[in-house]
Amino acid sequence: MNHTRLIIEREYLTQVKNKKFIIITLLIPFLIVGGGLFISFLANYNSDSIKNISVVDNSGVLENSLLSSETITFSFLEDLNEEEAKLISQDRNDDGLIFIPKIESATNIDYVALSESIKFISEEAPTITMINSIESKLEEILTNLNYTSVGLDVNTIEESKIYLSIFQESFEGEETTKIDSGMKVIFGLILGLLLYMFVFIYGSMILRSVLEEKTSRIVEIIISSVKPTQLMLGKIIGTSLVAFTQIFIWIALSLAISTLASSFMGVSSSELNSVDLNDAQVASVLDSALTAIFNLPLLNILIAFILFFISGLFLYGSLFAAVGAAVDSETDANQFMLPLSMPLIIGLYVGMFTVQEDPSGTIPTIFSHIPFTSPIVMMMRIPYGVPIYEQIISLSILIATFFGTVWFAAKIYRVGILMYGQKPSYKDLYKWLKY
Amino acid sequence: MNNFLSIDSVSKHFGDYKALNNVSVDIPKGSIFGLLGPNGAGKTTLIRIINQISIPDTGKVMFNGEPLSPKHTKNIGYLPEERGLYKSMKVGEQALYLAQLKGMSRVDAKKQLKYWFDKFEIGEWWDKKIIELSKGMAQKVQFIVTVLHKPSLLIFDEPFSGFDPINANIIKDEILQLRDEGSTVIFSTHRMESVEELCDHIALIHKSNKVLDGNLNDIKRQYKTNTFEVGLVSSDNKKLKEIISTKFQTAEANFRSLGNELKLNVSLKPDQTSNELLNFLSSNSEVNHFMEVVPSANDIFIQTINNQK
Repeated sequence: MNHTRLIIEREYLTQVKNKKFIIITLLIPFLIVGGGLFISFLANYNSDSIKNISVVDNSGVLENSLLSSETITFSFLEDLNEEEAKLISQDRNDDGLIFIPKIESATNIDYVALSESIKFISEEAPTITMINSIESKLEEILTNLNYTSVGLDVNTIEESKIYLSIFQESFEGEETTKIDSGMKVIFGLILGLLLYMFVFIYGSMILRSVLEEKTSRIVEIIISSVKPTQLMLGKIIGTSLVAFTQIFIWIALSLAISTLASSFMGVSSSELNSVDLNDAQVASVLDSALTAIFNLPLLNILIAFILFFISGLFLYGSLFAAVGAAVDSETDANQFMLPLSMPLIIGLYVGMFTVQEDPSGTIPTIFSHIPFTSPIVMMMRIPYGVPIYEQIISLSILIATFFGTVWFAAKIYRVGILMYGQKPSYKDLYKWLKY
Repeated sequence: MNNFLSIDSVSKHFGDYKALNNVSVDIPKGSIFGLLGPNGAGKTTLIRIINQISIPDTGKVMFNGEPLSPKHTKNIGYLPEERGLYKSMKVGEQALYLAQLKGMSRVDAKKQLKYWFDKFEIGEWWDKKIIELSKGMAQKVQFIVTVLHKPSLLIFDEPFSGFDPINANIIKDEILQLRDEGSTVIFSTHRMESVEELCDHIALIHKSNKVLDGNLNDIKRQYKTNTFEVGLVSSDNKKLKEIISTKFQTAEANFRSLGNELKLNVSLKPDQTSNELLNFLSSNSEVNHFMEVVPSANDIFIQTINNQK
């Protein structure tokens, strides 16, 4: 036992003291927060640019009703035909030209026909947001004109319109909203992706550590003092502790940096979103987003994430350790890494495509119990609410399988770690099991 | 006989390959025991079984009278042929780690390490990484790590490889001293001159079988052919050779000398003694070289292996 503690300690300290590790641990939070700020800056910058659109309205219907907004400035040109308008618009270096042809008579206007004759002409293909925005503005103006022309009162119609946002509630009486469902999708995806990434990152770390001992040949001295299985488990536990340290620092640093950044630079999310919404709306959206987060089973998510992460890392870590022991170089390791990572990737895909459709459907339920995919798929399901007993069953299967893989990996490890020379085939690995 | 380590009918398979076939070897306490054999004979497998890295299929190993068990690992020091230390870990740190794995306390390990580092005058390497050291320097560290916990059984696989003659001599003296202090040493090598110099007992393993073992001098006695290497000064070498050949069996000999005397290997017949030969030679010529041909470990090695074919 004392030996295992020594191995864990060495594994942990060497990894944590490694310069590369320290740099990555400190740098990632800055990259995450910095990246976030950069993207919001870009979004902000982009939405700040005002588009200049020339309007040639030969019909006269738009007069005084098509108003410039924060993002689009409309400038009206008088009495031009299409060719002339194009030339002038090009000359002025506009972002586009709205052209409405002449109509027969000012009375009895056929607004449907008119709307179909409107053209948008531009040098470069316009963005969808801009076209949508122009279309909806014109739609509103023309619809209102059309209402009036057929004798409907626009105000009456406006007043009698009904705006509906269905009040949602679960059987337990908890309120839910559309934002709630959105949050579940996002949370599920993030959790699944994080678990996938972490198992991969730290699994490879275990592989490299095993490989280092093998290629430096020190392993023969070590296993003359301790059992190979002890060494392997010590490595897996040590690396898991490294993982927790690193993830904890990442979370703490990211929070600290983003708090600092927002207070220093005065960047608030409401400012970024103010393009089309007023402050009150933003506040209410943010508010319901926060409520939506708190509506999630957060404690369950946290505990489940830790347990499924450890078990998943142990499961894959033992297999990665076996691969590290079987091969002589990282290049050779790839041959075995692919089949090992397939279940993880399958889990990710199954989770992404089936969980949000029906979180308790047959396929997500099955895959959240198969030990090799369960950490990912289960984490994607939990934000939607999964009965605790189901989580316990899945975790138990995972842990039982973990003991199986450790037994299997230990066999390969014991033999492989002292085998040098040619790359082993699957047949060799099978033979090693019987040594 | 007081055997420190007793290997009894040990066999080991790897799949279809039989690495050791019913091998029994007794290693006397306080001896330097040469474990010899061609490449791939099964020496490393046997060493790994003693280190409990591998478990034998059949047979048993007794360590100082007890069945070999994990508690004995702290009494064994092992220097594998394929040397290795953590490349980017500091010398002192990893020596401490390896010593603690052998059951030493941190304090004790530090004290012992200081003693050895001072002895080898390498104190300033403590905070260096292995990659900063030369191969010979790393070998010294590795040797210290092997003997640090004062094991009662030391296993050296090619301990002199990578050392220059001066350092090899230092290591040789250390091994002899460790033996004198009571350790039993298993010594595996292909360098027969060091076997000649160090080993009291040997075992020869060939194609997974033990083909020869015992006290080195006893073995030499078995293998000697009562042949003497002689150098004779005379006026007519050819005639002298003919005279000797009438009474003894002779062959050309080749050794380094300063003159151009007649050099012969003379073999005695069963009823002849060495004094008879010497008297006969001195009555016919001037003898300036007379030496019994004792088979070297190298001769025994080659002869035994060739006889197996």
